[in-house]
Amino acid sequence: MNTATRVLLVSLFSTAVLAGCKSKAVQDTPPPATTPPPTTTPAPSTSGLYGPDDLDRDECLRQRVVYFDLDQDSLKPEFQAIVGCHAKYLRDRPSARINLEGNADERGSREYNLGLGERRGNAVSSALQANGGSGSQLTVISYGEERPVCTESNESCWQRNRRVEIVYTAR
Amino acid sequence: MTNRLPMRWHALLLLTLLLPFAALAQRQGLEIDIVGGNASALPITIVPMPYQGSASAPQTDVASIIRADLERSGQFRTLPEANIVERPTRGAEIQYPTWRTLRQDYIVVGRVLDAGDGGYRVEYELFDVARQQRLLGLALTARANAMRDVAHQIADAIYEKILGVRGAFWTRIAYITQVGTGGNARYALMVADSDGFNPQTVVRSSEPLLSPAWSPDGQRLAYVSFERGNSSIYIQNITTGARELVASFRGINGSPAFSPDGRRLALTLSRSGNPEIYVMDLGSKALTQLTNHFGIDTEPTWSADGASVYFTSDRGGRPQVYRVAATGGGATRVTFDGTYNATPTVSFDGKKIAVAQGSGNTYRIALMDSSLGSPRWSMLSPGSLDESPSFAPNASMLLYAAREGGRGVLYAVSADARVRQRLVLADGDVRSPAWSPYRNSR
Repeated sequence: MNTATRVLLVSLFSTAVLAGCKSKAVQDTPPPATTPPPTTTPAPSTSGLYGPDDLDRDECLRQRVVYFDLDQDSLKPEFQAIVGCHAKYLRDRPSARINLEGNADERGSREYNLGLGERRGNAVSSALQANGGSGSQLTVISYGEERPVCTESNESCWQRNRRVEIVYTAR
Repeated sequence: MTNRLPMRWHALLLLTLLLPFAALAQRQGLEIDIVGGNASALPITIVPMPYQGSASAPQTDVASIIRADLERSGQFRTLPEANIVERPTRGAEIQYPTWRTLRQDYIVVGRVLDAGDGGYRVEYELFDVARQQRLLGLALTARANAMRDVAHQIADAIYEKILGVRGAFWTRIAYITQVGTGGNARYALMVADSDGFNPQTVVRSSEPLLSPAWSPDGQRLAYVSFERGNSSIYIQNITTGARELVASFRGINGSPAFSPDGRRLALTLSRSGNPEIYVMDLGSKALTQLTNHFGIDTEPTWSADGASVYFTSDRGGRPQVYRVAATGGGATRVTFDGTYNATPTVSFDGKKIAVAQGSGNTYRIALMDSSLGSPRWSMLSPGSLDESPSFAPNASMLLYAAREGGRGVLYAVSADARVRQRLVLADGDVRSPAWSPYRNSR
């Protein structure tokens, strides 16, 4: 497969992911079409399926954090590709399990933020399932504002805390 | 017990969780800092109460504790000890012209005597200066380690005699502390006297703790712990240390709140896929679902009569306070001012509701007072990231959490917003304050 073909297939794949509800089409495409996006990735194994080692090697699968806008729980377009490759991993590895850890920034009440974190976790869970992951592979846990990665009170810090972390509990 | 080697921490954590908190006295305390004043407060002099026994003098300065209690209530202005020019210890020794000159309305005199068994007896009297009339004359005995309790009880009696409202100084506060960040973070559920003294550890954890709530008898705390990975709710007896896991469902297990009769627990569960308010019968553990809405419903708190539950919901788009019957049914919106009102705390008479009110990036504690009919709003805190208000049982003051200089601190503020007192843990963050119910007389 030459580079031009791969780029084309990647963009087709991304379009399918962006379409969301058309995820069935992705599944029906021949295996090469679901090759993960990054062109820097080493060639996939002969079967075209993800294996456990890809979680450490694959450029897309190594991205495990999805960020959100203030008070929002909708998935931003730039994170669709990440969701796409993790969904493919779940399809390729039915025994894989993911915890989706939802988080919020420090503003507002702690218990309400538990709810916000869960909404964000649910948004990623829905997107993964829309792309072929199974609900039985996914567990949403909300930490609200209790697990910040940044503790300063400013927007650059807050936006790093409004996130869902994709944590593999079984590869 | 407090000087464990760090390497042994994990091995002993479980054991620690099971131990009664009384064995786990913390070294760190809370700093006290009064940041405001009230010109219309009642002037009162608390004369130092000397030890007149024949054994060893108590460590505790009873008069200074009474003075600090009355001062931070916002209702009194106490004469600084340096200005107390005469030091009577009995009513007969009071020179009234002196205190009239100093424009004092009230004066309290007393002395500390031996009570046998190493204990003490505090005798005190309260006088109206203008009428030269004795309003109170009482004596309390206590062991040496309970002298702060005695001082708070005297402050309560003075407060009630003059204002006609039960004092709430002899109460406790629960709160969460965090030391360290990220993987090194260590959390503790603490209990202290209402002035921040005498802090005791109830539970330590390497995972987040939040939302402590008192049982009406003041013997148990419900709280949220992430020690099992997901949120779960425990109820712990703070005297014996015995604890029980009461909610560990799929999804959120949050916001516990005891009913006024102590038999039920309101809580937030998202086991249905979305956060809803439930009431758990603590005997049978049976659940009654109070809300059913796709919005986030959380932070339930009971009305004093137990008939209704206030909660936060964003069913209207943004978080606001709603009320629902404790048996379920339709919810009524309660707050209409402001775009973000959350974490309601309700006064004992149901007339005042305090919330964390957000506006842009500023969150302040706001009070909605319906004593005179239509609600009147006032701001109790300056912001900018204030949260978790909690009424004292007499509604004269509130606790809340704030961030200052990058750390979490607690404030106690009078309900008229005129006096604020900062309670700062010497090391780390403090948050999620909860004011206890009244304590029963010993």
